[in-house]
This record gives sequence, C-alpha cells and structure tokens, in this order.
Amino acid sequence: MSEHIVPKKIYFTIFGALMALTAITVFAARIPFHNESIGTVIALAIAVTKAVLVVLFFMHVRYSSRLTWVVIASGILWLTIMISLTLSDYLTRGWSHLPGGR
Amino acid sequence: MSYAAEDIHLTEAEHHAATALAHHFDNLEQQREAGSLGMWTFLITEIMFFGALFAAYTIYRTYSPVTNASFVYASSTLNWKLGAINTVVLITSSLTMALAVYFAQTGARRNQIVFLLLTVVLGATFLGVKSVEYAEKFRLHHFPAQGFWMWDTAGEPFPSGVSEQSVRMFYWIYFAMTGLHALHMIIGIGIMLVLVFFARRGRYTPEYHSPVELSGLYWHFVDIVWIFLFPLLYLLGAHLAGGHGG
Repeated sequence: MSEHIVPKKIYFTIFGALMALTAITVFAARIPFHNESIGTVIALAIAVTKAVLVVLFFMHVRYSSRLTWVVIASGILWLTIMISLTLSDYLTRGWSHLPGGR
Repeated sequence: MSYAAEDIHLTEAEHHAATALAHHFDNLEQQREAGSLGMWTFLITEIMFFGALFAAYTIYRTYSPVTNASFVYASSTLNWKLGAINTVVLITSSLTMALAVYFAQTGARRNQIVFLLLTVVLGATFLGVKSVEYAEKFRLHHFPAQGFWMWDTAGEPFPSGVSEQSVRMFYWIYFAMTGLHALHMIIGIGIMLVLVFFARRGRYTPEYHSPVELSGLYWHFVDIVWIFLFPLLYLLGAHLAGGHGG
C-alpha cells in the first residue's frame, strides 16, 4: 500500500545527466556538418534520451504499474502512426509525375 | 456500533489514511493508480496535440531542399543562447518540482511550499526570457501575420536556395509551438499557486497528495516538449556563420 518514494539523490543524478546532455546537444549543434540531417539525428537522439530520463525518474514511470506503461506505449505508438503515415504521403509525392509531385 | 469501537483504536496515521481515501476506491494504492492513469491519458492527448505540430515541422524539413534550407536559415535568426538559458531554467524547474513532490510524499510541508514557489519563480523566469525574445521578433516584424510580416532582405539578403515563404512558415511553426508551450507554462504556474494555497492549509499529507504528484506529471511533460523544441527550432541553424545568437 505504501507508495514508492524516489530518493533525492536519484533526482540530483538525473538533473546532472540532463544538464550534461543539454551541453552536448549545444556543442554538437555548433559543428557545421555538410548535411543538416546528421545534426538533426544527433539532436533528436539526445532529446529522446533526455525525455526518457524525465519520464522514467521525474515522472516515476520506472516505478509505475504495467498498466501505466501500456498507456504510455500506446500514446507513442499512435504518435508514430500519425507521423509515419503523414510522411508516407509527403515523401512519396515526387515518385510520380502526377500533379502535386515535386 | 462496531465502527465506534474501532474508531477509538485508530492511530493518527490510520485516521489520515481513512480521510484521504475516497469512498469509491478500495484502498489508497488503487486511488493513486487511478489518478495517475487519468493524468497519463490526458498527457497522451497532449502528446498527440503537440505531435501534429511536430509532424508539420517534419514535413517542411523533408519536403524539398528549399523548404529545408529555409528552415535551417530561419532557425539561425533565432537567439539560440537565450533558448539554451531557458532550457537550463526549465530543467532546473523540473528538479524543483520533483523535489516538491518528494517533500509532499514525506510530509515536509515547509519544504514542499518552498520548492513549489521555486518552481513558480523558475517558470516565470522562463516566460520572462521568452517575452524578451518575442519582443525582439515583433520589433523586427518577424511575426508572420498578414500585413505585419516584413523581412529586411535589403540589409541581409536570403542565402541562395532560401525562400521567404518557407522562412515565414518556419516562423508560423515557431510562434505556434513556443506560444502553445508558453500557454502551458502559464497554466502550470497557476496550478502551482493553487497547490501552494492548499499546501499552506495542510491539505496534503503523505497519504494524500495526488494533486501535487499529478501536477508534477503535467509540469514534467511541458519540460519534455521544450526538450524537443529547443534543438529543433533553435539549434538547427546554430552552426551557420552570422547566426544571430553569435
């Protein structure tokens, strides 16, 4: 019946990691890659890592029930569906010579 | 009859637990779980809501070399240093929020109030920096409204392969996403002040502090949105020479 209380030390550790990752993402963004998509992939990888740390520890999901995990996973799944199905339209328009193709 | 007999033997902690439990839940754990699930369901709708805007951003980044180059150039006209300061401020506010929840769980009321107020102060600092940025953009007429938008291309011409239409679209997405994010921050600060009000009255105990816990989930979610907005909007063009952020 008792609730899991995350020790303060874990919060400070996660905070330190988030700060370090922020510094890394700023440092990486200052590097002029020949293709912006490399920078974007690095930035997104760091952002996802930071988001996972916040969700697992600050939002206590690491200590939450399986049901909470399922709800969150379903949200991420639907977000993925929304973005991937939208892009499956936009990214393939140039493949044809129909009006609207690039 | 038997209730009265039991009441006499309730310890203080048991009494708190009994008053914290709403009658339609079996126990406190089930009550906490239900609240948490409800909040997560709300946050999923928020993910989809911001997700649609992230999808719009992704479409422009991938649609053609012109839209992509325009977004990179437009990003370089934002002040990434102010964005970085706000990232640090917001992550720190997530730490103070997490600690406010910790002190609610452990029943340290004074610390709980202090850390809620620190969260409010950090949130207000974020909005202050944001308003400085917005003021600068309005001064330059870089707000993409019809009849207001202007870009001084005589002073600083667009690089080749950049279209003003797409730069303007970047600014639409910038103002829509950071504006909605700021609105969430304003609502969050209002929630924190309500929590402070009730915390001062001793409403939250180690047995019952769901409002603090669930408001924490909301605050951390808003932080996560910014964790994605910062690199995608501010850092995208930070490598360009002459970027306004230095």
